[in-house]
Amino acid sequence: MSNRIPIVKVGDVLLVSIQTDLGDDTAIALQEDLSNRIVETGAKGVIIDISALEIVDSFIGRMLSVTASMAHVLDADTVVVGMRPAVAITLAELGLYLEKVRTALNAEMAFDLLARRFAERGEGASADGTGAGEEPLAAAAESA
Amino acid sequence: MVLKTNTGNERMAEFLRAGRERISREWVAAVTKSSKGRISTAETERELLPMLDALIEAARLGADESSNPCFDELRAMLGEYSRTRARNGFSPSETAVAVFALRDTVLSAVGEAGETIPYADFAAFSHLIDDLGLVTFETFAETRERIIANQTEQLLELSTPVVKLWEGVVAVPLVGTLDSARTQVVMESLLTALVSTGSAHAIIDITGVPAVDTQVAQHLLKTVVAARLMGAEVIISGIRPQIAQTIVALGIEFGDIATKASLADALRTTLSRSGFEIRKGDRKA
Repeated sequence: MSNRIPIVKVGDVLLVSIQTDLGDDTAIALQEDLSNRIVETGAKGVIIDISALEIVDSFIGRMLSVTASMAHVLDADTVVVGMRPAVAITLAELGLYLEKVRTALNAEMAFDLLARRFAERGEGASADGTGAGEEPLAAAAESA
Repeated sequence: MVLKTNTGNERMAEFLRAGRERISREWVAAVTKSSKGRISTAETERELLPMLDALIEAARLGADESSNPCFDELRAMLGEYSRTRARNGFSPSETAVAVFALRDTVLSAVGEAGETIPYADFAAFSHLIDDLGLVTFETFAETRERIIANQTEQLLELSTPVVKLWEGVVAVPLVGTLDSARTQVVMESLLTALVSTGSAHAIIDITGVPAVDTQVAQHLLKTVVAARLMGAEVIISGIRPQIAQTIVALGIEFGDIATKASLADALRTTLSRSGFEIRKGDRKA
């Protein structure tokens, strides 16, 4: 319980900075905390900083994917930032492409990316939801 | 002392020392001739005479195997000699002939001296020369292998520069065939450059890649995927017509990865993606 990862709210965005190597328990706890916070705060975006992670195994890779999917269902975009080159090479070699997860080089770029997404979404919502076509999960969540 | 079995070598050493003047002259002449003018007589003399003296000395001490410590000095000299020859681009036989020429020289000297040297003594001496020839050859091959290994390493370093094209845009102009080892180096240097320059766009230019097969394509795809995982978008440019044909014929799918014919097209696309607009200014040149 003591080693929970802090979730910081910055405007409409929740910022999660993972500073230690993630154990499976911590990862699952983070997933629960994050979904609770998204609902509580009504955040539209989540930024997960993994620049301190030297090892990302298939479990963490899947955790990131699942977290992103979960955030999508709660109508928030997830951006994973700061993946190290060595980690990226390993994931690519493993065939883990994290297709559902957006990525950015650093937190600043992630904020820019989310700002653009929010702007697009604002327009899409005022029109007829055409912007939802590119994110099947969010679209499914809306129609459900 | 008298009962020692290797008196033959001592006899041989005595013979060599007596005929040193003549043998060394003929040996140097033969070796100089085999170098086809690349090495002067004086230089050959400087290299060979210490070796002959070391050989005589070792034989006098009664050594008959080249592995005997008495031959250490001679072996070191031969090693140095082979290394120099290997670095200067001599062929293996041009290098080994220096050792074997000594046997021919000694043989002709023995022939003229008549029956003073028993056949068995010369056979032992000949065996010794063979051993020394092998030492030469081994050192030669070893030196060449080291040269090749060094060059391979240098090629790897040379061939993968990452250049900055614009604020937030880096490019890797690939030259030469891509294999797994090179892809690894390219991938690492590209991804590191993405982080250090904070670039969200990268262009891999394959104009200098002679052929793209399924394996090379696989390597390229992996690099693109790794860059995407870090949050950068990659465009592959410089696809020549023949390569486009090969790619289609092989059924390689680049999926949603952008490919462009030229680096200029790729740069234009990248700039417009990052929100730049390029147009001609009003100012007349």
